[in-house]
Amino acid sequence: MAASPVLPKLVGQRVKRREDPRLIQGGATYVDDVKIAGMQYVQFKRSDIAHGRIRSIDVSAAREMEGVEAVFTGKDIAAMLKPLPIGTPFTSPPHYAVAIDAVRYGGEAVAVVVASDRYVARDAADAIVVDYEPLPAVIDPELAMQGKPTVIYPDFPNNLSVPLISSGTGVHGSTVDDSAIDKAFAAAEVVVRQRMHNHRLAPSAMEPRGVVAHWEPSKGFMTIWSSTQNPHILRTMIAGMLDVGESQIRAIAPEVGGGFGAKINIYPEEYVVAAVSKRLGLPLKWIEERSEAFVATTHGRGIIGYLEMAARKDGRVTGVKLRLIADIGAYNMLLTAAIPTLTMMMANATYDFPAIRTTLTEVFTNKTPTDAYRGAGRPEATYFIERGMDLLARELNMDPAELRRRNFIAKDRFPFHTQTGAVYDSGDYEKALDAALTAADWEGLKKQREAMRSDGRIVGLGLAMYVEVCGMGPSAALPSTGGWEHSQVTVERDGRITATTGVSPHGQGNETTFAQMLADQFGVPLEHVTILHGDTGVVKQGIGTFGSRSQAVGGTALHMAGTKVKTKMAKFAAAMLEAHEDDIVFENGEVMVKGAPASAKKFSEIASFAYVPIPLPEGMEPGLSDEAFFEPSNNTYPFGCHIVMLEIDRETGEPKLLKVVAVDDAGNLINPLIVEGQIHGGLAQGIGQAMIEEVVYGEDGQLLTGSFMDYALPRAIDFPHFELHATVTPTPVNPLGAKGVGEAGTLGSTPAMVAAASDALGVPHVDMMLRPEKLWRIIQAQGGQHGSEQEGGRP
Amino acid sequence: MIPTAFEYERATSLDDAIARLGAASGSAKVIAGGHSLVPLMKLRLSEPQLLIDIARIPELAGIREIDGRIEIGAGTVHHAVATSPLIQRLCPVVADAAAAIGDQQVRNRGTIGGSLAHADPSADYPAAMLAADAEFHLKGPDGWRIVKADAFFQDLFTVDLGTGEILAKVRIAPAKASAYAKLYQRASHFAIVGVAAALDASGGTIRSARVGLTGASTHAQRLTGVEAALTGKPASADTIEAASSSAGDAPQVVNSDLHASESYRRAMVGVFTRRALAAALARE
Repeated sequence: MAASPVLPKLVGQRVKRREDPRLIQGGATYVDDVKIAGMQYVQFKRSDIAHGRIRSIDVSAAREMEGVEAVFTGKDIAAMLKPLPIGTPFTSPPHYAVAIDAVRYGGEAVAVVVASDRYVARDAADAIVVDYEPLPAVIDPELAMQGKPTVIYPDFPNNLSVPLISSGTGVHGSTVDDSAIDKAFAAAEVVVRQRMHNHRLAPSAMEPRGVVAHWEPSKGFMTIWSSTQNPHILRTMIAGMLDVGESQIRAIAPEVGGGFGAKINIYPEEYVVAAVSKRLGLPLKWIEERSEAFVATTHGRGIIGYLEMAARKDGRVTGVKLRLIADIGAYNMLLTAAIPTLTMMMANATYDFPAIRTTLTEVFTNKTPTDAYRGAGRPEATYFIERGMDLLARELNMDPAELRRRNFIAKDRFPFHTQTGAVYDSGDYEKALDAALTAADWEGLKKQREAMRSDGRIVGLGLAMYVEVCGMGPSAALPSTGGWEHSQVTVERDGRITATTGVSPHGQGNETTFAQMLADQFGVPLEHVTILHGDTGVVKQGIGTFGSRSQAVGGTALHMAGTKVKTKMAKFAAAMLEAHEDDIVFENGEVMVKGAPASAKKFSEIASFAYVPIPLPEGMEPGLSDEAFFEPSNNTYPFGCHIVMLEIDRETGEPKLLKVVAVDDAGNLINPLIVEGQIHGGLAQGIGQAMIEEVVYGEDGQLLTGSFMDYALPRAIDFPHFELHATVTPTPVNPLGAKGVGEAGTLGSTPAMVAAASDALGVPHVDMMLRPEKLWRIIQAQGGQHGSEQEGGRP
Repeated sequence: MIPTAFEYERATSLDDAIARLGAASGSAKVIAGGHSLVPLMKLRLSEPQLLIDIARIPELAGIREIDGRIEIGAGTVHHAVATSPLIQRLCPVVADAAAAIGDQQVRNRGTIGGSLAHADPSADYPAAMLAADAEFHLKGPDGWRIVKADAFFQDLFTVDLGTGEILAKVRIAPAKASAYAKLYQRASHFAIVGVAAALDASGGTIRSARVGLTGASTHAQRLTGVEAALTGKPASADTIEAASSSAGDAPQVVNSDLHASESYRRAMVGVFTRRALAAALARE
């Protein structure tokens, strides 16, 4: 037998994404590509005011239009759907899928049209007349906390959704002991204080949301396609709301054009389209328009932090207080209330703070609700704490890298129990810092900055460390969904491998990374492995893709299922080759007895035998298919260091990035090319928040950034080349040693940008986002010259 | 895109388009690249019952030199203007402005006639048209009419163009020492402030100057004070500095929005006037 070329080991290699050809060439199938005979179209009539009572809704003209199947008001929908469930333990006012007697944010649905095509549906929605009694719009969360200008829910005084929760030193359940934190501040040699606003963002996936629901009355079964990050959660929630069994619903996430956290939530539109399909017995489609996406898809961030940091003159931080006020919008969605609690938890950052106290208040406002957005709570924590470290470094005239170094959690102290409730799995922060300083040539950059400044240019450097919580599990970390993942691996009769995964990739590249893993595990070519996902009819169980968990949790479940199948396959091979199963090796598309290459049989021959086993080896079942659930013992905590150099145009205030260096430690990497792609995206969104993206509301509650004409997304031309480097500190919480990387780019880049802008302007802190006019005004106040004006912090 | 229902017709010639426009008595819009009209239709801010497509009318195509001026057919896409060797050589301010519009996809589709007829207050072309002393050739049921750029831009989205008329071509005057400078609005990439400058500075003296401003106000306008401060002066950085320093005081009405307040815009008028003039002078 001729020797075949040896298959390369694929894990750790820069394998190009198998997903890309169909995405680039228009071959992907999105929700809007799903067409069913007899399908009708849904259009939501939405509120054009932020806050008001509904006096009346006149749907008569809409109902009479040719092609209109049905029109439903909020009351009609409430008869089909109870108030929406949330996934957090906080009390919350009832949230009806379609408003009944009041609207609480611009864009809230007030009526539903079903019609024969999209255009008729839209015409009919325009023909619905809603009479509102306008109420004052609650926009500023800090005024809202005082009940001003009004109270949105009478049962929630001062608009407080979560009045106050505390975490950190001296907090044990509901008892709070201030002595340690008070002592730290009383003894402090230096204290810095700053109010900061981590503003709202619109997630802006390239594909807006969409739903197709098809209830088949004669089967008592629904198929629902949705642009979601988690079809299994969707199935559970829809079943609960329609009062049918999970076994009666098949949920499919077809190609999903980006989610960024905003497609974790199960939305009113998903429930309504499903419920109305069941009511009418018709297949229905709803596709979100871009302008709807700005108001009807959850926003991210939106949190104010009052930071106080106490320290010694040698730069050692002795105490941290962080008071958080989250502007959550008008309703609690699936994870709304939980996101800011991650900010509390991750305020410990990479530092060994002797005392830290975080408090959180969540406030209702007349805005689109917030929920997860790439990073989801952790970039906010990183921003507040890293800016504090910079303020301290400035106050002490110390290099910001050196100040951080003096406060790191030492690498021999992992697992490290933070006072804010996290158990950091592994870390070597100094190594990441040093790698970044070396890669960026930090000392050289400082000289370059001085040289440019002496030419009259306004140039600054920023550096930020981050630690992120991801790879979410165990179930205690995700009590509303479970914190495990599932996979089934099948070696088919012809030796090809099919694997299902409960994660639901929508840009993460798991069809490639998971195939790399199985190809190596079974010694077969990558092309022989198919990864299936995003369909509860195909994938038995799963949680979904969020919290940078796919590789760490889903990848491990896949590896475990693969191991089970491989073990069984070795038994079949042992029977065929008359050897002991422990002596069977899989390599290069063949299965053989160790040390006896002449014994080799093709992988496909063993597979074939397993399905037609004559004779069936004693004690065995035919077939090669098995599954695994994996629940990690802990989250993972990747970390890194981001450095940026930025110049501000003296005449216009326009910021321009000159350099971005990122060192990220995500543990072991399956595919560095995909990891770098994830970091690129994360950096773009993290830098985007600092420099160009901001959701802005007018005082009347109108969204002023309701289209891409006013809401800026970063583009390739906004960035220099990203210089990426990695350190590798494997996690002990899964056998792959992989931590997760989807969100990390958004953590360090944002504070590094603001640090660089502040450094450039010679001020302690300039709050995001870095609008040219804002920077120009600071320069003007300095007389157009560099470095005198100071923006003071409010305590 | 979910506009209200409309009919669509393709005109075969300019006269055919004018006839169709007349027959529709006000309920029709002409469409070429669709980059101004279609966004409005998507938002249902414009609800024409009939679209008359003029994109493939031969008379509206092409860039050519006629009588010492450059004639640009109204159906010419921005990319063609931006990359025209003739325009780049004889009137670079117009090529600059075209290159500053939107992104490559927009420039491949949007047309000069559509942009000018729409007259977005932040559009790039109008400033360049003022600097290039453009004349607009309009044809309607009563024949041709020529309007100078100075008179064409009248108010917010308002130009001197009758409902039955079509902007057929633009003629610009050569201005080798000309340039366009723009402060980009970072979301739309429209102009927060855009200044187009055209100088005659042969022999070291500025003999004449035309400076057009867009983005700052309701409609594009000339900065006549700046022009006067330049004319007859030495072609130098000092002259430019002196002429631009108070340029922002000129517009009576200045826009203020999320992206730029009135005072910032006024300051930027000065900055970009200077930048446009300096770039123009460098081309002398």
